Amino acid sequence: MAGLHKSDMKNPVVRWIDERLPIPSMLNKEYAQFPTPKNFNYFWNFGALAMVNLVVMIVTGIFLAMHYTAHTAYAFDSVERIMRDVNYGWLIRYIHMNGASMFFIVVYIHIFRGLYYGSYKTPRELLWMLGVVILLLMMATAFMGYVLPWGQMSFWGATVITNLFSAIPIVGPDIVVWLWGGFSVDNPTLNRFFSLHYLLPFLIVGVVFLHVVALHITGSNNPLGIEPKGPQDTIPFHPYYTIKDTFGLCIYLIVFAFLVFFMPNYLGHADNYIPANPLVTPAHIVPEWYFLPFYAILRAVPDKLGGVLLMFGSIAVLFVLPWLDTSPVRSMKFRPLARPFFWMFAIACVVLGYAGAMPAEGIWVTISRVGTAYYFMYFLVILPVLGKLERPRPLPESISAPVLRGGGPVPAGASAKPMEKA
Amino acid sequence: MMRSLRNAVVAAALVLATPFAANAAGEVVKPPAQDWSFGGLFGTFDRASAQRGFQVYKEVCAACHAMKQISYRNLAEIGLSEDEIRAIAAEVQVQDGPNDDGEMFERPGRASDRFRSPFPNERAARAVNNGAYPVDLSLIIKARGGGADYLYALLTGYRDEPPPGVPVMDGMHYNDYFPGHWIAMGRPLNDDQIVYADGTPATTSQMARDVTTFMAWAAEPELEQRRAMGVRVILFLTILAGMTYAVKRKIWADLKH
Amino acid sequence: MANAATATGSADGRSAETRRDFLKLTTTAMAAVGVGAFAWPFIDSMNPSASVLALASTEVDLAPIAEGQAITVVWRGKPVFVRHRTADDIRAAADVNMSALPDPATDQSRVQKPAWLVMIGICTHLGCVPLGQRPTDPKGDFGGWFCPCHGSHYDTSGRIRRGPAPRNLEIPEYAFLTDTSIRIG
Repeated sequence: MAGLHKSDMKNPVVRWIDERLPIPSMLNKEYAQFPTPKNFNYFWNFGALAMVNLVVMIVTGIFLAMHYTAHTAYAFDSVERIMRDVNYGWLIRYIHMNGASMFFIVVYIHIFRGLYYGSYKTPRELLWMLGVVILLLMMATAFMGYVLPWGQMSFWGATVITNLFSAIPIVGPDIVVWLWGGFSVDNPTLNRFFSLHYLLPFLIVGVVFLHVVALHITGSNNPLGIEPKGPQDTIPFHPYYTIKDTFGLCIYLIVFAFLVFFMPNYLGHADNYIPANPLVTPAHIVPEWYFLPFYAILRAVPDKLGGVLLMFGSIAVLFVLPWLDTSPVRSMKFRPLARPFFWMFAIACVVLGYAGAMPAEGIWVTISRVGTAYYFMYFLVILPVLGKLERPRPLPESISAPVLRGGGPVPAGASAKPMEKA
Repeated sequence: MMRSLRNAVVAAALVLATPFAANAAGEVVKPPAQDWSFGGLFGTFDRASAQRGFQVYKEVCAACHAMKQISYRNLAEIGLSEDEIRAIAAEVQVQDGPNDDGEMFERPGRASDRFRSPFPNERAARAVNNGAYPVDLSLIIKARGGGADYLYALLTGYRDEPPPGVPVMDGMHYNDYFPGHWIAMGRPLNDDQIVYADGTPATTSQMARDVTTFMAWAAEPELEQRRAMGVRVILFLTILAGMTYAVKRKIWADLKH
Repeated sequence: MANAATATGSADGRSAETRRDFLKLTTTAMAAVGVGAFAWPFIDSMNPSASVLALASTEVDLAPIAEGQAITVVWRGKPVFVRHRTADDIRAAADVNMSALPDPATDQSRVQKPAWLVMIGICTHLGCVPLGQRPTDPKGDFGGWFCPCHGSHYDTSGRIRRGPAPRNLEIPEYAFLTDTSIRIG
């Protein structure tokens, strides 16, 4: 017979619960006392922001689903009914709509922070890979959500993206018919997309949980990219980072609110306020902004299958990134040679995004190709080779002593040591 | 380093966003920007103009264009009284039923009815209009990249003759701002075509301006409430952010760096 | 605490502490208000929408209903019985001893014009729709309505006379617009 959990809780009610179901102890350990590097900058807010954003999306989504009708004949009108007749329906829908954009902004910044500070490197490989899984699930969810209002962009976006699968040799066309549940994007497609759009966010919650568990095993990376050497290098998560995250949250909410209240349709596309028409394709089909870089990669290749493979490859490559980057130094702060390549990579992503919004002709094809080439070069050639060639700047002794730069030049290989957990 | 990283992120966000502005224009001629009562961050709908615009819609556009997202009761939002709305609704016959004999019947409209559509369905509309479909106007301002400016430019952008060198297309009309220039809809507004109830001279530009204001309201009836709430929310969040920052400073002051 | 917290001078420290506590409290309170305000739109979104409220009243033309006939109209998703009562119906309804009623109410209190009885056609027992609207329907032992689910009998004033139903059929809010039309709701 196992006894009760030994609880340190002072409040008798909390203690009673804690002895039987030690969630308070767990929360205390993982979110209050959790030792966190003391030198985070504001880029470390974005994980918490993404979590809040996910909750906002789920809550607004549940309330929208109470009023939405997933049928081709009613979907568009039911969304308009939400916008016009449901009490605060416009608010809930605009939060959900712009929340998707905010989610991608936050997550992309979160990812670029990881790339810059080497957060994917050992021992955080799995943490990183779970993050990539979340990104993939987010993309699928966002794509299916965009179909639900059943506007022109919904319909044609769904048609174009599902047709990607027809590039698969032999079984491709059958897979597409299976995805559609018919011979074109139609009511069965809309119904299953609604069902999956409701399901996937809860899968995301599950993977986020794993992401956080993995994070709490390895502990957080930090701007210096060196592991804490002892208690002097860390501070408890609460109140230091809870309050810092709360402040970051307020700033994020201000940006979010500005979008929702003053320019709710800025990031959307006008054509999606035209009801879906299977007989007329809009003049320019553009995906939502957060898919544009991938769309540019897709269109950069003249071959259908090649384009699809490269587009999926651009995400797949992130899975193996921890093993592609050969440098033992995490933070770009100490990698003078890699840093310009990183910034070029960031620029390439932005340029790809821009090219993805432009018509696929003339100079934009060339630009897309150059951008795509650099995107893959960065991961497959530059990072593996640089790690071998580069002489990183000497790493500080510890987080508490980042000024001790005079420790003499450290050989590239030797810097692996300070990264081990203290 | 931090600053450059931050700047890069901001720049990235801006650059990512611009293609929409650029792309919305596309091959379309960019309509000249107008000064709208509902423009800017804090604009509100000019009620008198919106009411005149409704008159234009009712007497001109409604012959071909539906606005099926709008109900007569919604007109209260642009300042019509309940009695006026009842009277307006009662002017049209709407189909209802089936009755106890299983038959559909016509009855005078009520405030709760949607605006009556001129055609029962898209095919009927196309059949009468030479194959062209007069689009539903409920969302027209949101559904066109140029928004209100575009609608105004389109309504006032007709030419009797195409520019020299452009071959005439039978049954089509030349418009400076329609994508591709040839539009099936003939010039809808002409000076003094209607008589405004409030005595405003019904010039083409006045009618175009009024009907655009009406359409802007129809597309975004929540606009005023949204902006007013936005001001309060952002004010609240700014104060909260300031206070949170102060708390953060105090808490972190304990730490030796 | 694992960090090197520095203690400032004691007197100073106390006042700094109070100030911080006050600031923390105010900020927390404000954030709580914010969360509460944020919750309201979601709660309110579940209330009847503007389009539902617009249909909250129904107008009924009484002219086509002959004496002795009844019609059922739908109001707020519920059946409403409108019966054009005969002189016999009215007399039967008026000649009832109050003590004989499980839910005493005079006929006068249940109608605005004696010829017209307007009631929500939902049995007050468990929500079935009673029979008695069509000429061929059983009207129960009191010439009004009979609920087939559990055998409640209603009289020509819609009052419960026998059976498990606890209350008389409910009278909706309505008003005569003209002599031959009413608005329910």
